[in-house]
Amino acid sequence: MGQQILNAIFIGSIYALFAVGYTLVFGVLDILNLAHSAVFTLGAAVTYTLVVNHGQSFWLACVLGIVVAALMGLVIEYVCLRPLRRRRAPPIAALISTIGLALIIIAAIEQGRPGTLFAWLWVDGANPVTMPPGTFPNPTWHVAGLTLEATKLAVIPISIALMLVLGYVMRYTQVGRGLRAVAENPRAARLMGVDVDRMIALTLIISSALGGLAGILFGVALGDISPYIGRDSVEVRGLAVIVLGGMGSIPGAVLGGYLLGLIEVLAVVLLGSNVRAGVAFAALFLMLVLRPQGFFGAQLRERI
Amino acid sequence: MDFLIQLFTDPVAFWNSHTLLVSQIGINSILASSMFVVLYSGQLSLAAPGFMAIGAYTSVLMDLYWHTSLALDFAAGTALAGIVGVLIGLPVLRLRGVFLAIATIGFIEVMSLGVILNLPITGEGLGLKNIDADPVGGVYIVLISLAVVVFLLWRLTKGRLGYAWTAVRQDELAARSQGIDVARYKLIAFVISALLAGYAGAAESHLSFILDPNEYGVPRTVQVLTFAVLGGSGNVLGPVVGALFLTTFPFIFKQAGDYIGVVSGAVLIAIIIFRPQGIVGRGGFAFVRPRWWPQPQLRAPSTG
Repeated sequence: MGQQILNAIFIGSIYALFAVGYTLVFGVLDILNLAHSAVFTLGAAVTYTLVVNHGQSFWLACVLGIVVAALMGLVIEYVCLRPLRRRRAPPIAALISTIGLALIIIAAIEQGRPGTLFAWLWVDGANPVTMPPGTFPNPTWHVAGLTLEATKLAVIPISIALMLVLGYVMRYTQVGRGLRAVAENPRAARLMGVDVDRMIALTLIISSALGGLAGILFGVALGDISPYIGRDSVEVRGLAVIVLGGMGSIPGAVLGGYLLGLIEVLAVVLLGSNVRAGVAFAALFLMLVLRPQGFFGAQLRERI
Repeated sequence: MDFLIQLFTDPVAFWNSHTLLVSQIGINSILASSMFVVLYSGQLSLAAPGFMAIGAYTSVLMDLYWHTSLALDFAAGTALAGIVGVLIGLPVLRLRGVFLAIATIGFIEVMSLGVILNLPITGEGLGLKNIDADPVGGVYIVLISLAVVVFLLWRLTKGRLGYAWTAVRQDELAARSQGIDVARYKLIAFVISALLAGYAGAAESHLSFILDPNEYGVPRTVQVLTFAVLGGSGNVLGPVVGALFLTTFPFIFKQAGDYIGVVSGAVLIAIIIFRPQGIVGRGGFAFVRPRWWPQPQLRAPSTG
C-alpha cells in the first residue's frame, strides 16, 4: 500500500504539471489547447532522439527538449490561435486548428524512421522505446519494504518546485499581474496598457514548456517513450484534472492532479486494474454534474 | 489523382473497388449529422461514440443470441441509444460549452473503458464476431439511411424546432425570454443526436465481421467533431461535405504516402483559418492581413 501511495504521488505530479499548462491557457484564452498532449509527447521524443541519435549529453537534451516544447507553444499561438483571434472566429474553430497541429506533430514523430524525412526527429516509428541504461544515474533503494527509484522520486520535488515558482510569478510579479489581467478581461487589460498579444504568446510558451517537461519526466521515469504517450496517458486525464480542480485555476489543477493519481491507484487496489480509467472518468462525470466549478473554480460563468 | 480520374472515367470499376470506402463515407456522414444536431442547438456535446457503441453492441448481441431480423436489430440499437441519451442528457445538459464537452468525454470513457471492457457479454477487450455482417450489400442501407437522415434534418431545421434551436444557439437568455423552453429543446437535440449516433453504430457493425471495442474512444469523437466543424455546422450539408472530404482525403492525396498525417493536419489548419465557418458556411474566404500589409484606405463619407 505504501508503494501504491508513492506511485500515486509520482503519477499525480506528472498529471499536475501537465494540467497546470492546460489550465493556464484555458484561464487566459478560454480555449482548450488540444495540441498540449502532442507537446508532451514532443518533449519526450526530442530528448530521447538527442541522446540516442545525436549523442548529446542527457542534461543538455533535457534542456533542449524543454526549449523545443516552448517554441512549439509559439507555433501554436502564431499558427493556430492568433489568425483566428484576428478573425473573431468562434472558440470551436481554435479547437479544430489545435487538433490539426497535434495531428501534424504526432504524424511526424510516427514517421520518424531511418530513411524518412523525419529521421532527425525520432528513431523508431510507432514502437515504444526506453532510454538506454546508463544515460543518467538511477540508484534504487529499498527502505521499509518500499522500492525507491531516484528518477521517480526526483519528479516529485521538481514538479512541486516549478508549480510554486509559477504560483509566485502569477501572484507577485508584473508579468503575472498582466497575465491575470488578460485572463480577467482582455479589453480592459489592453486599455490599462498591457500588451495582450505578447501576454498570450507568453502564456503559450510557459504552458508548453511545462507540458514538454512533464513529458520528459514521464518518459524518463517510466521508461516508456512512444508517439502515443500523450494521447494514451495524459490527454483525457488532463481534462479530468482541470475539471476536478476547477477550470482555469492553477492551485486547482495541482490538487486535481494529485487527487486523480490517488483515485486511480485506489481504484486499482480496491477494484482491480480493469476499472482504473473507468473509475477516474466516473469521478469526473459526477464532479461535473454535482459541482461543475470544481474545488477551486470561481463562480461559474457562461463559456463557449 | 488516379482515384478521382477513375471516378469519372470508369464509375462501375470505381464502385466495385471502393464499396467499403463509400459505406465508410456514409457512416461518417451520419455521425457528422448527429454532431450537427447538437452543434446547431448550441451545445458542444462529444458523446457520439458512446451512443454508437450502444447501438453497435445491442444490434450485434440481438443477432447473436436471438437471431432477430436486421430491421429489429437496428431498431433496438437505435432505441436503446435514445433511452440512454435521455438518461444522460437530463443531468448533463445543465452544463455549457467546454464543460459539456468534457462531461460527454467522461461519458464515452466510462462507456468504453468502464462498461464494454468489463462486461462478459461484450467479449471485453476482444470484441465480438459478427457472423451475419454484410460488408458489400450494407452500402445500400447506409446510403439510403443517409439520404433519409439529411432530408429529415433539413426539414427539422426549417421548421419550428430548427428556429427554436437557432434561437437557443444564438442567445439562450433571449430565447428563454421569448418563451422558448430552452431545456426541452436542448434535450430534444441531444436525444436526436443520440438516436442518429446509435443508428450509425448499428449500421457500421453490420458492415464488419468484427466488432472492435477500441473504435469507440476519444479519437473517434475528435474525428467526428472535425467532420462537422470543418464542413460547416450552420448548414445540414456541411457535416456531410466535411465527412466526404476528410474520409476521401487519404485516397485523393495518395502521393503523400506515409506523410498523409502531416499533410492532412496542415490542410485542416489551413481550411479552418481561411474559413472558420466551415467549407459550406456563409461568407467568403477569410484572409488574415499580416500587420505589415498595407491597410485598405477608408474613404471619408462625402458630406455633399
